[in-house]
Amino acid sequence: MEMVNIKINGTPLSVPNGISILEAARYAGIEIPTLCYLKDINEIGACRICVVEVKGARSLVTACVYPVNEGMEVFTNTEKVRKSRRHTLELVLSNHRKECLSCVRSGNCELQKLCKDYGVADADYFKGAMPAFTFDDSAAHMIRDNSKCVLCRRCVAACNEQGLGIIGANARGFDTQISCAFEKNLADVSCVSCGQCIVHCPTGALKEKDDTDKVIAAINDPEKFVVVQTAPSIRVTLGECFGNPVGTNVEGKMVAALRRLGFDKVFDTDFAADLTILEESNELLERITKGGTLPMITSCSPGWIKYCEYYYPDQLDHLSTCKSPQQMFGATVKTWYAKKMGIENIVVVSIMPCTAKKFEVGRDDQNAAGVADVDIALTTRELGRLIDGAGIRFNDLEDEKFDELLGESTGAAVIFGTTGGVMEAALRTAVEKLTGETLAALEFTDVRGLEGVKEASYEVAGLTVKVAIASGLKNAKIIMDKVRAGEADYQFIEIMCCPGGCINGGGQPVQPAVEHNFGNLAAKRAAALYAQDEAMPLRKSHDSPAVKAAYEEFFGEPGSHTAHEVLHTSYVARPMYK
Amino acid sequence: MKSLAELAAIQDKVKDSIVLPEGSGDVRVVVGMATCGIAAGAKPVYDTLTDGAKDLSNVTVKQTGCIGICQFEPVVEVYEAGKEKVTYVKMTPEKAQRVVEEHLKGGKVVEEYVYNYKPDQTDGGYGTLAKSDFYKAQKRVALRNCGVINPESIEEYIAMDGYKALGKVLTGMSSDDVIKCVMDSGLRGRGGGGFPTGRKWSFTAANKADQKYVVCNADEGDPGAFMDRSVLEGDPHCIVEAMTICGYATGATEGYIYVRAEYPIAVRRLEIAIAQAKELGLLGKNIFGSGFDFDLHIRLGAGAFVCGEETALMTSIEGNRGEPRPRPPYPAVKGLFAKPTTENNVETFANIAQIILKGAEWFASMGTERSKGTKVFALGGKINNTGLVEIPMGTTLREVIDVIGGGIPNGKQFKAAQTGGPSGGCIPAALIDTEIDYDNLTSIGCMMGSGGLIVMDEDTCMVDIAKFFLTFTVDESCGKCAPCRIGTNRMKEILDKITSGTGTQADIEKLEELADHIKQSSLCGLGQTAPNPVLATLRFFRNEYDAHVIDKKCPAGVCKALLTYKIDADKCKGCTLCARNCPVNAISGKVKEAHTIDTDKCIKCGACMAGCKFGAISRG
Repeated sequence: MEMVNIKINGTPLSVPNGISILEAARYAGIEIPTLCYLKDINEIGACRICVVEVKGARSLVTACVYPVNEGMEVFTNTEKVRKSRRHTLELVLSNHRKECLSCVRSGNCELQKLCKDYGVADADYFKGAMPAFTFDDSAAHMIRDNSKCVLCRRCVAACNEQGLGIIGANARGFDTQISCAFEKNLADVSCVSCGQCIVHCPTGALKEKDDTDKVIAAINDPEKFVVVQTAPSIRVTLGECFGNPVGTNVEGKMVAALRRLGFDKVFDTDFAADLTILEESNELLERITKGGTLPMITSCSPGWIKYCEYYYPDQLDHLSTCKSPQQMFGATVKTWYAKKMGIENIVVVSIMPCTAKKFEVGRDDQNAAGVADVDIALTTRELGRLIDGAGIRFNDLEDEKFDELLGESTGAAVIFGTTGGVMEAALRTAVEKLTGETLAALEFTDVRGLEGVKEASYEVAGLTVKVAIASGLKNAKIIMDKVRAGEADYQFIEIMCCPGGCINGGGQPVQPAVEHNFGNLAAKRAAALYAQDEAMPLRKSHDSPAVKAAYEEFFGEPGSHTAHEVLHTSYVARPMYK
Repeated sequence: MKSLAELAAIQDKVKDSIVLPEGSGDVRVVVGMATCGIAAGAKPVYDTLTDGAKDLSNVTVKQTGCIGICQFEPVVEVYEAGKEKVTYVKMTPEKAQRVVEEHLKGGKVVEEYVYNYKPDQTDGGYGTLAKSDFYKAQKRVALRNCGVINPESIEEYIAMDGYKALGKVLTGMSSDDVIKCVMDSGLRGRGGGGFPTGRKWSFTAANKADQKYVVCNADEGDPGAFMDRSVLEGDPHCIVEAMTICGYATGATEGYIYVRAEYPIAVRRLEIAIAQAKELGLLGKNIFGSGFDFDLHIRLGAGAFVCGEETALMTSIEGNRGEPRPRPPYPAVKGLFAKPTTENNVETFANIAQIILKGAEWFASMGTERSKGTKVFALGGKINNTGLVEIPMGTTLREVIDVIGGGIPNGKQFKAAQTGGPSGGCIPAALIDTEIDYDNLTSIGCMMGSGGLIVMDEDTCMVDIAKFFLTFTVDESCGKCAPCRIGTNRMKEILDKITSGTGTQADIEKLEELADHIKQSSLCGLGQTAPNPVLATLRFFRNEYDAHVIDKKCPAGVCKALLTYKIDADKCKGCTLCARNCPVNAISGKVKEAHTIDTDKCIKCGACMAGCKFGAISRG
């Protein structure tokens, strides 16, 4: 690598030629502030916060996109630079609905932090007229409030990175706003509800629809038996809401906190993840042996399902008919568990890394007991706020265990939370089933890692099993175009809507851009899941005692009539625009 | 087109139709039919002339581009072998009919219709534009064919040495030779930035790539500027030829002309020109048998001013929302479709063929030390001769205004001239002897810009004019970066305050603070130059700002909120005319007694003052 000699604030450095000033400054231990910059996906130089002085330059230079060259001298913290950043912030504030005291992002807002850092003492310094901002709460999962938008376009980049391009800039100049094509509502376009826009928003302009009041009301209703389930990835991300480092596993404290919130039972979606493996591997083997549609594609991720319904409505037969673990869990609670325990009036609350889950709970054909399988889906962030609002000192809690039966699971279920996890869990079960032998090594490392598209091939009992894994819809498109063209010779494909899988889901705690850019966010979260899997006594879904009990007492065999009634669903082709 | 000889054969065939051979008795009539001429009614004039001359074997009637004298449109010029051409102005079909009968058929000039006709003039010094003050100081390089040839005829272009430069380049020059020639000529970008064209070409040439592009920026957007339109409408082939030369020099095989959709005639003539060039093999494969291939496409702009910024323009060609992107990477490295790209303005390209044919030295002999050649200006505003002028660099503003422009109408005083449109600044009367070139204008806080030159007289309020230009930029900001998107609007709000009489000294300071911030921190040239009209007027006319905020007066009498109309009781005869003229009944008084104005009711329209025969009403 060719290196160049530069100076940052007088400190001589040798850095790779051509990297941005922003990246180079990190070598000197300096974080240049940004608002719009997302490495690789939003290098647009729009917000003008990262401006620095470069010796000899005519005006201020945009550090996020300006490459270093030999002999360059950069000054990141001069009076001129600080004044420019402050004025830009003052201008942004003059167009911002300053609801900071109660904003959902208060304390976690990148704009707020910058205003504090640069001493914006008078938020009304450039006070003036504001444009007519749009407010869009049409979608099931989120709210777009342009009065808090800073037009950094990180949401646009995130959506484009998903290969969707649902939102973009409309109108011009002072009236510029981010919205859908032809100013349509989000509910009327082919938004898949993934929420990637939300986790990339620096302010409170984008947020999930808050359902915490519904949960509090249910808990406080003595007539209702409120059950909570937590998705696999929540245990390694919830801690971030309470200041823990990225990748901290807080399962025990999470369970304790949920109990203190007053849930009648604290269960684990992991139970249903194991159940999914049994149903899905059975479905796969049936398709292989009976000549069903192949490749079969996972159906855990509701954003992916919605995407397939919008963009590949002709390929729906490839989708596994298995409900997602969230829905399988709710369906099982409201049928088998309710009957077994003799409980009525059950409310199922789920804690999900995902905003599309809010859409999924309202889907058709997701009501095994005649009522919605799951009543309320909360994001990790909403749970964080519930815990804060209840005054629970999360970090001081002693670890507790999930409630019995539906709180039991295996390591295979835990890794559902990261890309490749469902595939690995399925392989652990399928291989043992096909060979009839106990696996010596449980790690299928070929399917691990954060690459967007992964492929692997295994020889199992004389059968070649070829699989593919995609995370992020841009990558899903690569696979699906092959499927549509008849060129995908895989038997089984795992697709997760969000890049990296659920650990990077649209419902996860929002980290500042710098974590996305330089913090290995997804890798740290995924590592925590694999560590828990490795430490668990049971690591194969078919070993789960709870799942065994469920089949013995209620479902019979995987793929049975009851299993189909309760655990499987159907899909619909969706028009792209209403 | 395989050889220069083939081109020369075409030229030989057609050149007599333009440069009429002496003694032939041929007459060539041209009608200025650029957008301006057509809008003024040139089409029926053209039809009348064509119809009237259809039986005259020695007369041809052709349409041509802009002749340059806007306020005299429609314009008709009659060329006769061995005689001075005659310029007929403000033509109508009826007048044209008389020209047919008396001039074309009868051989007698219809004197009263000619340019600069003075009934008492007997020396015959009428009618030829070429001898007029308006034309004498001009030097036509970029506009050489405008108003001369039929822009829809490739043969007429070839007759005027068209495509000869391309032939010379492709049959005898290396790409380095071409770049060196353009570099040595000293030609700088005519779009406003003034970057040396040859150097720009050399950057693209130096980058290796499987595909490179040439882009012509014809997204002319400054208010009151129409230089590029005139070239495209009057001489479209010169752009086709120059872009092909640029493609050869830089290694590009494809070009795009980005022209605003509001220029339908320019677009149509470009389409015709491209089709004709393709038909003759002057575009396409193996041009002049050189093995060089070049193709051209037209893309229409949807009316965004920012698309004149080179990166926004390329983003727009790519099919995206026209927004600028950060530089570096510069277009020469990563331009259109992420390939090395050379982008030049229309007028820049319009000089290329002449530079190749006549040589770098010829071009460099015109102009000043660091600004070579000529510059086209669209002269407008408070000036007698509005129009399109091309002057050598270094001509003084005084010469442009007093001589070429014929001075200020109605005996008013010259106050300032705005160059560079909304991105530029004003040159005050005190600097009227400034020699116009890139560096001189920059040094006084103005810029050359693309060539709009708006003249202002004593009745212009400089705060109001700054607000006018800023309002334009506010409307045209793309909205990508915060300083421009929000800051320009905040500046405009402050100017609104000042012109409405509620401004304070602190507002002026905040205005300066904002202007400096936007200039320093905006993403693209639009934002970086948006505060210029304010900064320039603050620099040269700060007293006017002070008058608005301290005395609450508008010295030029423009800002209505700051005006009061008064009737001088001593002068008022009580004729009641003002009371009758007042649209809001703000004036009262008995007949033959002094009248008074109710200032609460008065809307400051000025109708009373305009009508008063006794000079009894004053404004202050």
